[in-house]
Amino acid sequence: MTNSPLTPGIVPGRLPADRIAANFVDHTAPLDQHEARVAADRCYFCHDAPCITACPTAIDIPLFIRQIATGTPEAAATTIWTQNILGGMCARVCPTETLCEEACVREAAEGLPVEIGRLQRFATDTAMSKGLHPFARAAATGKTVAVVGAGPAGLACAHRLALHGHDVVVYERRAKAGGLNEYGIASYKSTGGFAQAEVDWLLQIGGITIQTGVELGRDITLEGLLAQHDAVFLGIGLGGVNALRAAGEDKAGVANAVDFIAELRQTDDLTTLPVGRDVVVIGGGMTAVDAAVQSKLLGAENVTIVYRRGQEKMSASGYEQEHATRYGVRILCNAAPVAVHGNGSVGEVEFAYTIDGPNGLVLTEERFRLKADQVFKAIGQTLTDAPAVAQVAGGKITGLPARVWAGGDCAAGGEDLTVTAVAQGRDAAEQINIFLKG
Amino acid sequence: MANLTTNFIGIKSPNPFWLASAPPTDKEYNVRRAYEAGWGGVVWKTLGSEGPPVVNVNGPRYGAIWGADRRLLGLNNIELITDRPLEVNLREIKSVKRDYKDRALVISLMVPCDEDSWKDILHRIEDTEADGVELNFGCPHGMAERGMGSAVGQVPEYIEMVTRWVKKHSRMPCIVKLTPNISDIRKPAEAAKRGGADAVSLINTINSITSVNLDTFSPEPMIDGKGTHGGYCGPAVKPIALNMVAEIARSPETHGLPISGIGGVTTWRDAAEFMALGAGNVQVCTAAMTYGFKIVQEMISGLSQYMDDKGFASTADLVGRAVPNVTDWQFLNLNYVTKAHIDQDACIKCGRCYAACEDTSHQAIAMKPGRVFEVMDDECVACNLCVNVCPVENCITMVEMPKGAVDPRTKVPVGDYANWTTHPNNPATIKAAE
Repeated sequence: MTNSPLTPGIVPGRLPADRIAANFVDHTAPLDQHEARVAADRCYFCHDAPCITACPTAIDIPLFIRQIATGTPEAAATTIWTQNILGGMCARVCPTETLCEEACVREAAEGLPVEIGRLQRFATDTAMSKGLHPFARAAATGKTVAVVGAGPAGLACAHRLALHGHDVVVYERRAKAGGLNEYGIASYKSTGGFAQAEVDWLLQIGGITIQTGVELGRDITLEGLLAQHDAVFLGIGLGGVNALRAAGEDKAGVANAVDFIAELRQTDDLTTLPVGRDVVVIGGGMTAVDAAVQSKLLGAENVTIVYRRGQEKMSASGYEQEHATRYGVRILCNAAPVAVHGNGSVGEVEFAYTIDGPNGLVLTEERFRLKADQVFKAIGQTLTDAPAVAQVAGGKITGLPARVWAGGDCAAGGEDLTVTAVAQGRDAAEQINIFLKG
Repeated sequence: MANLTTNFIGIKSPNPFWLASAPPTDKEYNVRRAYEAGWGGVVWKTLGSEGPPVVNVNGPRYGAIWGADRRLLGLNNIELITDRPLEVNLREIKSVKRDYKDRALVISLMVPCDEDSWKDILHRIEDTEADGVELNFGCPHGMAERGMGSAVGQVPEYIEMVTRWVKKHSRMPCIVKLTPNISDIRKPAEAAKRGGADAVSLINTINSITSVNLDTFSPEPMIDGKGTHGGYCGPAVKPIALNMVAEIARSPETHGLPISGIGGVTTWRDAAEFMALGAGNVQVCTAAMTYGFKIVQEMISGLSQYMDDKGFASTADLVGRAVPNVTDWQFLNLNYVTKAHIDQDACIKCGRCYAACEDTSHQAIAMKPGRVFEVMDDECVACNLCVNVCPVENCITMVEMPKGAVDPRTKVPVGDYANWTTHPNNPATIKAAE
């Protein structure tokens, strides 16, 4: 091996292959049968359970846990999938610590919630490993719906529409279906090709065709889709990345965190993936954490997340922040980038300390610089591909013409989570179904 | 520290915790280790007549039911009496007793229902220097089919007859162990007393099938596809045992008859409850079989601490203390009015009280915004179900209404003691002349 964490620049193979392999295994081990039974025993089967309320897809969590406890994880999986067809992925990537598990009464009682996420994974993994797909299509309606974007919203919408007997064509601009499940989540949260396996499993419902490499605005238009289909669902996500608005951000070595994550997810041999020695990630959300931690796991010597506001305002949960610091990522708060310095490529990032006051964020005169050969921007994504007819407010689609629905990150009302995208896709499908049957 | 020494029908032991006649007391090796662990006494696993020993099944002998986290709540068994030769048992009993003179050692016996068999076995155990005998009239499986065990215990006349034989042919203190597989536990206890028994011990195990295998459709424990009823014991039977002990303790016919309490004793607290209901000591089996002999240390320290806290100098201060408070339903005070109260600080907002009350009781709990659960006193009949389903101990309590206060449910002031015998709705009540 020639490279090490100390090698300057952006280089691959900073760690030996076995170390990298070990670093990217499933970061939350699945529960085995005994562990699942013990974990399930802790559920109190609450009345009108707070965990259900906290779940954007309103999975009947006490029921599925009771089904696990009584030795029927297959029935549990059906309970989960009835509300959330991507329950397998959500079990892996949901920030349960701010959703169902935060609401769990045992969090109040003992500071130790029922492990809902891991139990959900136990149920869905068990059922999927048996090849179960407990849904059957209704009689064909002869109606056809276009779904743009094969991410969580689009897939959830497509499955529910297919279930109601409609034919669905999913148009996806990338090479693979799955959206952020495939391209946008830290690798160790979805190992073993789970995103694709889940798409394949979902398609067992029948009546869904996926066309990849087809982009709205380039290969197809909304008008064209409306001419061909009875309804259209837009689950196009957020295609753009916010700029730093700091001088020098066009220098080599400055990249979008989402692109780095996507590239990592599509790289079979991670020893070939280059990463900097000194990595600076700018942002405060889950994308920032995912990029930072994975940089560290690839062998970067120093990784720093810099967030412009106070730590309490970071959208990454406390759990995610701890996850980052456990792997040696440093988190700096109250600092905003003002300039990227370097000769052609980045060498340092200059920050100003900030004060988050009643008049908004104010940059102070106090500055500091961080050494950096790689900078990831993770300060939010923007809607870029909305059709001209769409009404857009606050960076989200808020209004659409007749026969067109939207959901997921591109639409208002969600929290840019997989689980909210699933909920919106599912609910849009129900509305479309009512419309088509009207 | 409280003195735990007990003198049970003349048998002294350093504490009231005995191991019941069962697999843990089957042989010298176990009994020595039990004494070393601190057990005050042992009832040696039941001996049978001389001759070829009984045989046991060679498949599972035990079945169980479990609570959360697979805590064993109930155990059943289809094991028979000792399957070791009589002379081996007698030799070992003598050897152990010689080395542990301060501990109780009682021999459990079960032989055919004729006087010669009993005379013979009593003669044979004479020089073991054991402290007493316990007559096994309880085992509900296997031996009962051969006219022994619960087959005797279910016929009071047989109990009286055999007890009389035992007292005639032995100078040893005699404990009669009762089966719960009867309709009125007082009858066999009275029979034992008439026969001259020094004490009764109860309960033996309850006829049971622990579960059914839903693949093979065989009852558990399963032997080659078949199952049979076994004797049920463990924490799950404790309430049944407590009631039977109390019935004997408070019955005028048997009041004062020494009782050795058995049935799901798992902690010092269980033991204290049996003793409060009249048991002079307790016998333990399932708890030892679940956790090992060491549990007696907790029982000793717990009972000592409790007795110190209460100012009880000896176990005699505790024994029977709750018996006067066991009564018939008809004498319960109908003017004792309580209302459930939910401690909002302790509440974890699971809503189980609400579900239980709303779906299955008296619709007396309101669910308010923010998952605040409050008792509606004008609906609450004080059934206690909310207390029982609440996962947080002491979060919901029953608060007594003071005398004179108006019960918001009935609009009637809380009155003095009055029971069913004088209640106007009681058809048997003799009304005063108009």
